[in-house]
Amino acid sequence: MNWLAWKMLTGDRTKYFGIVFGVAFGTLLIAQQSSIFVGLMRRTSSQIIDITSADIWVMDQRQRNVDDIRPMPESRLHRVRGVVGVEWAVRLSKSMVRVRTLSGDFTQGILVGLDDASFTGAPLEMLQGHHLDLRRPDGVILDFDGYRQLFPGEPVTVGRVLDMNDRRAVVVGICRVTPPFQTFPVIYTRYSQAVQFMPRERNTLSFILARAGRGQDLQVLGQRISQQTGLKAMTWDEFFWLNIGYYIDNTGIPVNFGITVMLGFIVGGAIAGQTFYLFTLENLKQFGSLKAMGVTNLRLIGMILFQATIVGVMGYGIGLGASAGFFELMESSGQADLRGMWVPWQVAAIAAVAVGLIVVISSLLSLHRVLVLEPAVVFK
Amino acid sequence: MNSPASIAVLCRGVTKEFGTGEAKVQALRGIDVDILYGQMTLLVGPSGCGKTTLISIMAGLLDPTAGEVSLLGQNRRSLSGSRLVRFRAENIGFVFQQYNLLPSLTAVENAAVPLLIRGVRRSEAIERAMGLMTEVGLRDRAFALPAQLSGGQQQRVAIARALVNEPRLLVCDEPTAALDAHAGRTVMNLIKRVTVRGDRAVIVVTHDNRVFDLGDRIIAMADGLVETTAEESMQSGVH
Repeated sequence: MNWLAWKMLTGDRTKYFGIVFGVAFGTLLIAQQSSIFVGLMRRTSSQIIDITSADIWVMDQRQRNVDDIRPMPESRLHRVRGVVGVEWAVRLSKSMVRVRTLSGDFTQGILVGLDDASFTGAPLEMLQGHHLDLRRPDGVILDFDGYRQLFPGEPVTVGRVLDMNDRRAVVVGICRVTPPFQTFPVIYTRYSQAVQFMPRERNTLSFILARAGRGQDLQVLGQRISQQTGLKAMTWDEFFWLNIGYYIDNTGIPVNFGITVMLGFIVGGAIAGQTFYLFTLENLKQFGSLKAMGVTNLRLIGMILFQATIVGVMGYGIGLGASAGFFELMESSGQADLRGMWVPWQVAAIAAVAVGLIVVISSLLSLHRVLVLEPAVVFK
Repeated sequence: MNSPASIAVLCRGVTKEFGTGEAKVQALRGIDVDILYGQMTLLVGPSGCGKTTLISIMAGLLDPTAGEVSLLGQNRRSLSGSRLVRFRAENIGFVFQQYNLLPSLTAVENAAVPLLIRGVRRSEAIERAMGLMTEVGLRDRAFALPAQLSGGQQQRVAIARALVNEPRLLVCDEPTAALDAHAGRTVMNLIKRVTVRGDRAVIVVTHDNRVFDLGDRIIAMADGLVETTAEESMQSGVH
């Protein structure tokens, strides 16, 4: 009977593709928009994601996210180092600077000052140069997308000269980083040099990165640091989610994307549901004949669910494939806007549930008409 | 008086009402009729006289409001739910006015549908259906889609479909209504030639007086009642 259901479904190609298109469209919108949302949220935490060598991030008690910098006095570093269970602790500065090229072009940039001795937090993927090159006078490492912004269309090479806060900086390395939310260039340099590049402030210490000693429970250590220093100390996970939570709570981004995702669900559901319903209505006489010829309601339910599953799986596959293809295309085309975004399995699972709902609702509408159908209708 | 063994469908005092209260319509008002094996019985009468309701009851598609119905020796009341559905699948063949072929199946696949419903393997079902396609003279059009066939050819496919299960009761609803005179007569001749046999009863509802002479027996209905039956009709010149 599944064969019969399949033949009935694909007999009218226009309707069949219409239903599949509806499901695919819904899946595409849901998966793509959700993925962009997840990608954007990840971008808000790009600097946290890129620093994997520290177990604990220590910052001012009032700090709410990775960009809301409340500089601390240098002495806080020593306090953290004095906490039992801390293996080591180093400074990290983060600030916004105006970057100017020799041609006069300028933009805002994210300046990250790394501990002079250990370079903790240095970029993990170097395309040119080495992070040890930061020891050179005025040396900075620039991220690839930032380089393309500052030197559009020019060959990618070290040795370029920049100007930050009226001080000369020489690009000694080019790296790949997790794209930041604001898409500004990310510039790494030594901490001692970063304070020269950033606008003058009394305090310059943004974060203290700490490594836990062997066998230390990270959350317990974080609480201990907080108690003993009066600073906020968070594990990588905690800080990552605090940051994302801040953007979810304080921006319209989730609502915006949520509406688009909901629209995808509604429009996709409406197209698929309506077409499937019409398809069933037009085949009502056929279903009536099958009933008269001895097909039970249970088997009719099976046939309709089979048809719904086919269009659901096809539409979901096409929609998800199109979403994944879209991000792959963006990645391979070198576009910075959506680089580093993909369809996470959680989004794929959510889209599957949404498609399942669309298919179930469409089937229920159609099933009702078929189940209440009197087989005697075939004689009318 | 017919012997019980010769009666395929027996109706006694059958009534059928639709709706309730003021909207109540009495479609059948006490029908007593026997449908016999080995005959093609024509059920005739004006529109709204209850023919469709009566064959729906005889085919097990509708429950009577009152009265006794025996289908192929089984009391109709003892058949319900899935038993009735299985009974229909195994014993009753249908030919519909509008053919009701599945447009996406070829002619032979359409003819094989009742076998598929009964769980016969597809290849075997198609093979058996092909035999019927030969019998109805459509072997060379077996792989055409319904849209590629004329009305008469589609009705022949529907006849093949109705017979593929070897039903003991064949119910045909206005099989010539959508056909021209020539095609209609061809179809009726075909029904008479390939369907009527000793262990099978055939009921044909028709308005088409050009084919009345092909029936073995005619039951004329009016206003929810049997007006005349069998030879009486033929003799009184219903057609």
